[in-house]
Amino acid sequence: MIRLPPFAYRRPTDLADAAAMLAGEGPETRLVAGGTDLWPNLKRRHQQASTVISLMGIQGLAGVEETEDGGLRIGATTPLSTVADHPVVRWRYPGLSRAIDSISSPPLRNMGTIGGNLCVDTRCTYYNQSEEWRRSINYCMKAAGEICWVAPSSPRCWAHSASDSAPMLAALEAEVELVSTRGSRRIPLPQMYQDDGIEYLAKQPDEILTTIYLPATSDAAHCRSSFWKLRRRGSIDFAVMSTATTLWLDGHGRVERAAIYLGAVASFPKPADKAVERLIGEIPTPELLDQVSELARRKATPMDNTDFQAQWRKAVAGKYIRAALREALGMDPELLAPKHQAGGTPTS
Amino acid sequence: MKPPSEAVAAKPQGERDFRLIGTPFRRVDARAKVTGQTRYADDLSFPRMVHMRLVRSTVPHARIRQIDFSRAEKVPGFLGKLTGEALPETFGILPVSQDEHALCPDVVRFVGDPVAAVVAVTEDQAIEAALAVEVEYEPLTTVASIEEALSTPEPRIHDYGVEGNLHKVVSMEFGDVEPGFEEAEVILEDTFLYEGNTHLPMEQHSSVAVPEDEGRLTLYSSTQTPHYCHRALAKVLGLPASRIRVVGTPNGGGFGGKSDPFNHEIVAARMALDLGRPVKVTLTREEVFYCHRGRHPVLMALRTGFTKDGAITAQHLKTALDGGAYGSYGVASTYYTGALQTVTYDLPRYRFDGVRCFTNKPPCGPKRGHGTPQPRFGFEIQLDKAAHQLGIDPADIRLKHLAAPHTITANWLKVETIGLRQCIEKVVEGSGWRERYGKLPRGRGLGLACGSYLCGAGLPIYWNHMPQSGVMLKLDRSGGVAVFCGESEIGQGSDSVLAAIVAEVLGVDLLDIRLCVADTDLTPVDLGSYSSRVTLMMGNAALQAAQRARDLIASAVSKKLEIPASRLVFAENRVFDAADPEQGVTFQEASIIAEALHGTLATTGSYIPPRSPGRYRGAGVGPSPTYSYSASVVEVEVDPDTGLYEVHHVWMAHDIGRSINPALVMGQVEGGVYMGLGEVLMEEQAFRRLPKRLSDSLVHKMPSLLEYKSPTFHDMPPVTTYLVEDPDALGPFGAKEVGQGPLLPIMPAVANAIFDAVGVRVDQTPIHPHMILEALAAQANEEEGRYGPTAFPEVDFGETLLVPTPEQGGDGRAINSWKEQLRSGMRSSTGTMTTRDEALSNKKGALTT
Repeated sequence: MIRLPPFAYRRPTDLADAAAMLAGEGPETRLVAGGTDLWPNLKRRHQQASTVISLMGIQGLAGVEETEDGGLRIGATTPLSTVADHPVVRWRYPGLSRAIDSISSPPLRNMGTIGGNLCVDTRCTYYNQSEEWRRSINYCMKAAGEICWVAPSSPRCWAHSASDSAPMLAALEAEVELVSTRGSRRIPLPQMYQDDGIEYLAKQPDEILTTIYLPATSDAAHCRSSFWKLRRRGSIDFAVMSTATTLWLDGHGRVERAAIYLGAVASFPKPADKAVERLIGEIPTPELLDQVSELARRKATPMDNTDFQAQWRKAVAGKYIRAALREALGMDPELLAPKHQAGGTPTS
Repeated sequence: MKPPSEAVAAKPQGERDFRLIGTPFRRVDARAKVTGQTRYADDLSFPRMVHMRLVRSTVPHARIRQIDFSRAEKVPGFLGKLTGEALPETFGILPVSQDEHALCPDVVRFVGDPVAAVVAVTEDQAIEAALAVEVEYEPLTTVASIEEALSTPEPRIHDYGVEGNLHKVVSMEFGDVEPGFEEAEVILEDTFLYEGNTHLPMEQHSSVAVPEDEGRLTLYSSTQTPHYCHRALAKVLGLPASRIRVVGTPNGGGFGGKSDPFNHEIVAARMALDLGRPVKVTLTREEVFYCHRGRHPVLMALRTGFTKDGAITAQHLKTALDGGAYGSYGVASTYYTGALQTVTYDLPRYRFDGVRCFTNKPPCGPKRGHGTPQPRFGFEIQLDKAAHQLGIDPADIRLKHLAAPHTITANWLKVETIGLRQCIEKVVEGSGWRERYGKLPRGRGLGLACGSYLCGAGLPIYWNHMPQSGVMLKLDRSGGVAVFCGESEIGQGSDSVLAAIVAEVLGVDLLDIRLCVADTDLTPVDLGSYSSRVTLMMGNAALQAAQRARDLIASAVSKKLEIPASRLVFAENRVFDAADPEQGVTFQEASIIAEALHGTLATTGSYIPPRSPGRYRGAGVGPSPTYSYSASVVEVEVDPDTGLYEVHHVWMAHDIGRSINPALVMGQVEGGVYMGLGEVLMEEQAFRRLPKRLSDSLVHKMPSLLEYKSPTFHDMPPVTTYLVEDPDALGPFGAKEVGQGPLLPIMPAVANAIFDAVGVRVDQTPIHPHMILEALAAQANEEEGRYGPTAFPEVDFGETLLVPTPEQGGDGRAINSWKEQLRSGMRSSTGTMTTRDEALSNKKGALTT
């Protein structure tokens, strides 16, 4: 079996200590929570670490609690399954439960954390390979090489965002708290990302993601969220395209606010702004949703760096966006294969 | 939740009752496996054991210029290294393809080809040392596909074979096909592509080599074929086979992927002898993808003539196989892509042309169904097309033209019982085919297909007249029965079949049987777990050994109790008088009586398959004592907007002859269905070629369990299994095979069901949703609603062997030039084994023991 390379392992019990360690160690320092992303990456040597700092011993960093304003506060080291199964999440943010239920497999959702999933490394079939395999292509830009094999003439890396919770939390207008020795700051989640396969996180290297804040929803009937995920199998697989949607409706069923984010089609959760603009102030009809889906679909730029044929993924992305919108509004999603949907079950 | 599979099995009338045979019983290794007590190769540990890792090529085709160990030698724990010069002797599973080196001495032929080995105290250190080895290469042109192999004669990947990068060509005609095509009222011509895929066993290959006293050696290995591994070790190490012991450990799945002798086995053995310490090597998952020996990608052109009622007048099949970098079983695979077309339906005239190419990819070989799923995919789809065109129900076009049992086919295969009619009837009834086929709403469809497979290859891999399976029994005063056999348990349940057959004959409990298997020092030779041979061949050998033991005991008990031996019954751990069951002794007492009378009690049994009637060159591939048959109906739902589809249900009927253990048989049926679904829905051994101007590289696209897509539990539909039991005189208690046959109908049945659902054809595997969408778009454009290859390349298949069929009064021999090259009465060279002449002249690869 492939094994972990040697590194120093530190397990602080206090957030300030952790921040100090992170600031004090060199650039080859990595944070780990559940380890479901970092350990395989280290084994395959496409990520390196001289020191690994575990956040799992830090008191108070895990847990889900309601805030005074009616929102939710989720600690970064809360296991994914704990978040998805939380009754308030299931009732008021069903799209989030959906998105999390679609991540990998049950054992990995028990180990993996919500913070880890938000920071999960971008993926690419030229990158998520062993050291020997990557030697045989003379490496790639994201790790030890010079060329992005997905688009060899491109100056940038096209590894795609692999988080399922990120597009959904972005669509739910979540905010995150980042802590370093320099203090803490709270930013809207989308500001934590940028469109680059290598430097996909906009947070500073010495910052630790500690908390996710979900805003209050008046009630589930007015805040509608949904998540659909395209992948080969009904479990385990990363998304090759996902769509997260939240619609806030007024008392007349008119769209007050909306958010559509696409996952796995770019190096960051990609907002579909034009599509959202088209929705605002409208009472959604099936025809309108078709138009909105098409507008959003154009934002998807799948590359040949994951499963399924890229053109086909682009062609069917609209179907998934449409399904998510329709489902959020209580209509039949009209898409076969609910197993591709988050946490779905086979029809038979 | 999915309902459990149901077995519908009826005991044939007028049969004797069995105590154990035919009743579901818990497999003998079940408890150990589910409680973690089974010791797989990687679980083994020995005092002073050290760890080995192979350094594999990172380039697809190159000369090795230099190997630098200087950094590796500095890794703490480094103990030893090895390069190709140390093991110059070649090996390979087939005597005609001795083209592998334990470590490449001069040329590497694919990314993953082993060039060196390092040993260190711990596995981590071995990994670090292997990564630190630096190899300098001088690149050679990369050959990536069948087309490139045909158009790139130089550089040759190997300096043997037909010419250029063609490894093998075959051309044979049974009866004149042209008059057959002239008689035909409809002729269908199709091209099909079956993509390669791999076995994906749960257990990665693992071996431990242990040096013994006086230069002897034991190798523990997860191999399906300890005997062939034994031969390869003797050859490459240059040691007498008698000083090497190979112990086959229980395999965590094989499916054909552990049937070759492998580099890591030989190198670990050499290292253990050099270092005087036990050496373990366990492959990573990525390395298992490089060992491969999986399904060959096959491009096919299939031309078949039909009468208006669907009878086949003639068929011409052309196949082109992408063999990868080494021979492996490839010559046999090439023949197998043509051999079994004749055993399911009446096929009076048949021509087969095949070619296998070398390419710079991991070598292909035998995977469940070995060479036959690819042409079966084409044949069963083409039958569906013919039925559609002729207005005949796809079930009827098959039922009306089934091959006749106990006959000889056009290509000289002797078929015995054929349960295909009952199989088709079962799945047609179970699926509601007559009411539902062609009548479901758009997007829903049913597809039907059949298949057949060997119950063991008729010939061994190397020329010999010895048994293909041997079983030895030792009985004594303890009342226990020790059973010795070279067979390998690879998860299929062969240990349970062996124990059950002996237990049935001797009337003892399974717990009173002690098995010793897959040990070349201790057990009689069995050729291994491949070609679905074990139940039939080992079973017959076990039956003979057990009957001999029974006779031995019966004669002693008869004398002692003064009861005629013919009246003695062996059951319930007793030996008693059938006329007066009270009169008798326990089995232990009977053993004591027999041991006292006869002395030490031991018996043997052995099995050699009947001789096949074919006498032409190539007739050695295809014969089997008998054949199993399967039929399946698959129901799918297809979304015409996206091309996404799901399999909702599978009905599978299998002609098992007789179930030794119906629970095991159903497990194999469901496993075959599962694997077949993987091949048609998603699995592909795909490669990436980087832009040629930037790189010569050719890499496996996704050598990991996550990215090589294979179905999970979640993707598995309910399966309804029907076991058709019509005991075959050639099988033990009438049993036939089940390990491979039930896979065959699945892939074409899914393709046919997609056609029923949305009216388009996908003539290749795996069927990706974009293919359905493109076929639908073509159809909407008033073009042919089809996705698949459109042409078969120009290939010179050489002189066609002309073999008159039995119906034409042939004698099984060819009538043109080949005949003169072969001496009368001699089994012809099939390419899979040496001829008698070669064996006697003691050439390389012939008999070594």
